Amino acid sequence: MLKKTKETPLYFLLLLLLILSFSALLSFNSFASNAVNVYSYRQPFLVEPLFEKFTQKTGIKVNIVFAKKGMAERLAREGKYSPADVLLTTDISRLIELQDKQLLQPFDSSVIKKFVPSQYRAQNNQWFALTTRVRNIYSSKRLGDIELNYLDLADEKYRGRICSRSGKHPYNVALVSAMISEYGESKTLTWLEKFKANLARKPQGNDRSQVQAIHQNLCDLSLGNSYYFGKMLKDKKQKKWADGVNINFPNQANRGSHVNISGMALAKYAPNKKNAHALMEFLVSKPAQQLYAETNMEYPVRTDVKPSALVASWGDFKADTLSLETIAKNRKIALKLLDKAQFDL
Amino acid sequence: MLLAIPIIVMLVSALTSSSDLYLHLWQSVLPNYIINTVLLGAYVVVLTLFFGVISAGLIVHTNIIGKKILRWLLVLPLAMPAYIVAYLYTDLFDYAGFVQIALRDTFHWQSPQDYWFFDIRSLFGAACVISLVLFPYVYLLTRTAFEQQNQNLLRAGRLLGLSPTQNFIKVILPLARPALGISASLVLMETLADFATVQYFAVNTLTTAIYDTWLGYGDLSSANALASVLMLFIFIVVFFEQKARSSQSQQKSMSNNQQQLIILSTRQQFLACTFCWFLAIAGFLLPFSLLINMVFEYSTSEQFFKLLASALNSIELALYAATITVLIALTLALFQRFSYDINKTWPLQISSFGYAIPGTVLAMAMLATFGPVDHSVNDIAIYLQLTEPGLIFSGTIFVLVFAFVVRFAAIANGAISSGLKQIPSSIDLAPASLGVGLKTSLTKIHLPLLKSSILGAWLLVFVEAMKELPAVLLLRPFNFETLSTQVYQLISDEMLEQGALGAILIVLFGLFPIIWLNSSNEKIAKTQHREQDFAAH
Repeated sequence: MLKKTKETPLYFLLLLLLILSFSALLSFNSFASNAVNVYSYRQPFLVEPLFEKFTQKTGIKVNIVFAKKGMAERLAREGKYSPADVLLTTDISRLIELQDKQLLQPFDSSVIKKFVPSQYRAQNNQWFALTTRVRNIYSSKRLGDIELNYLDLADEKYRGRICSRSGKHPYNVALVSAMISEYGESKTLTWLEKFKANLARKPQGNDRSQVQAIHQNLCDLSLGNSYYFGKMLKDKKQKKWADGVNINFPNQANRGSHVNISGMALAKYAPNKKNAHALMEFLVSKPAQQLYAETNMEYPVRTDVKPSALVASWGDFKADTLSLETIAKNRKIALKLLDKAQFDL
Repeated sequence: MLLAIPIIVMLVSALTSSSDLYLHLWQSVLPNYIINTVLLGAYVVVLTLFFGVISAGLIVHTNIIGKKILRWLLVLPLAMPAYIVAYLYTDLFDYAGFVQIALRDTFHWQSPQDYWFFDIRSLFGAACVISLVLFPYVYLLTRTAFEQQNQNLLRAGRLLGLSPTQNFIKVILPLARPALGISASLVLMETLADFATVQYFAVNTLTTAIYDTWLGYGDLSSANALASVLMLFIFIVVFFEQKARSSQSQQKSMSNNQQQLIILSTRQQFLACTFCWFLAIAGFLLPFSLLINMVFEYSTSEQFFKLLASALNSIELALYAATITVLIALTLALFQRFSYDINKTWPLQISSFGYAIPGTVLAMAMLATFGPVDHSVNDIAIYLQLTEPGLIFSGTIFVLVFAFVVRFAAIANGAISSGLKQIPSSIDLAPASLGVGLKTSLTKIHLPLLKSSILGAWLLVFVEAMKELPAVLLLRPFNFETLSTQVYQLISDEMLEQGALGAILIVLFGLFPIIWLNSSNEKIAKTQHREQDFAAH
């Protein structure tokens, strides 16, 4: 018995030692002085190749934290001592949220003004888009070549033949917001209710799994962002799903297709403002925009950079010119309508 | 008490919430969410108790074949993160999944109208999968309780003419009540705080409403209010369970004699084996082999080396969290044991509720707590004309470890206090009567007796901390990746195939402690037996 009691403290001693060594390691891992700190809603594996190029070119190190939820709150809580310099988001509503919470500061960059079309940057210079993406409708090849509008999703002839991800996903919420701007609340609610009635199954999965369901003949139509089509075609397992569908650019006869953006903003208390500017301007530079286009199959925001050959092969399209600010403004109403239509239930 | 601060911060923030949003939610989706939440909690508790108690009973009290392997195999599902198992199972049993495709090919069915197949993406599907991952809590605590039960009571039951089944229901189960209660409340808290898993099953619960309110409607205080309601719900359940239990005498003497095994008939043996192997396969072996399969198909050695750094971070965090949580739980439990204060149970209780808060909500509370602390530190530094230290609390792994301790206190508290209850109170008094001080009696008697409970608590927290995701995701410092954040980044884009290697590493790092825990328990049991044999001679 006596022997055992001696073992226990030894255990803890060893552990403490280990812990101490780790924390010692950590304290050495402090920040390089020449760096820029990024809070990102975008996944690192998408942006890391870009940051590597940036560091190669400028010698500025890029530190990154990625999260899908709560970055705005973290930034707000950190306040004036926040280490964050720039923010990367995957849609417009997050940018507007940051702006509304007064977590951003305006930037003054002739490069951004010159290369980012005014439709895709804030008039108060608090945010700008890096890429654009279309909310497409994927249709089964069984249906042949057809022209589709978003309103068709509520058409009774597709009863039980539409699949969708959660209505509350930011990409869908933005589309509903755009619908509200065009048709008003009550008409949008009716549209949502009929859309819901057409669903083959409860909303689930992501944009790709809807295409998979079309491939499995579970449904004929689904909503999906443009770049997923390209990504699926390049994946050995998913290629056969994508081969079973056509990508449609909706609303070509009227307003044009709904477009969302991935964007960037400068944090209000950015400690490395100069480096932040360098990174912002780098990401709208031609090589960076080309990399966006090639690796992530998105549409570069610069008009003088071509989309990848694959994306270009889907053809030109007319984009809705509705201002992004209006779309973001209707977001809460859109959420309420989605709740009212019980879209996800 | 420190552990309660984030919870209090959350409650205070809840008080400032507005009401018109509730009205909207109440009129549209909230009733449905609440029904789902209650049903999910009930299903999972019933299923985990069913799985855990029966398997523990079979392992401890019968001569089931392959007992040695099953004994620890049934603990392994604990190492599987629920969100990964959920992903694997929805993928497997979905309409587009392997199983249904195989069925369609075999029977030449064309569309979903041609046949019936259970819908994995349903409330019950979610409950089943969550139960398969969580039942080891019940199994582990119940098994320990069964093994430490006084065998004389069982013999007495048999002599009084009870059949083995009656004996189980009338004697064994009531004696194991504390273990059942504690493990069931752990399971309940874990289930209700979960978001990622139920999302795969397209099941909307109260947690969905919390996230919608906060992220969708941008109303953090209303989200906190909903989270408080969730906590209140759990509090009520746990309170009544404890109330019902408190009338029982809780202390039992340690087992001091050989167990009498129930000999199963061939048919019973078959059923028992099927039951236990089903749990082992569905909870661990199947998902694990699916992951291995993906690793062979998709992973590269380059990925492996990239993951090593993240693995070190994961281990570091888990080490901190487990050690600190266990030390705190030990202090609280011993305080409760030796204090004469009437309110002595409160600290242990309050510190346990962190487990019921969804990880992201907890993370927000942590920021709300340590943000102001950091601000004052920096303000003072500037006032004293020193270089400002930056966010030394909320911007470092300090806040992460703190969040882990708050979240996992319940696990350590449960394991250690149930271990402490197995020590008869006569042992507290014996040293005192011999004139030995409290300090000596603690180090010489209680701690050695608690050794296996302490180790168990430490390992449980370690394993949970390896798996934890939402809090890490939101609170981590720059360039700080753990295995779970790496895997999540890929899973969130539905590319688990690429993340399979990371997932395997999480499971493996969880496995070693679990196997170690089991073998050390057996060693302790063996030495005890040897000592008893020695004493008998």
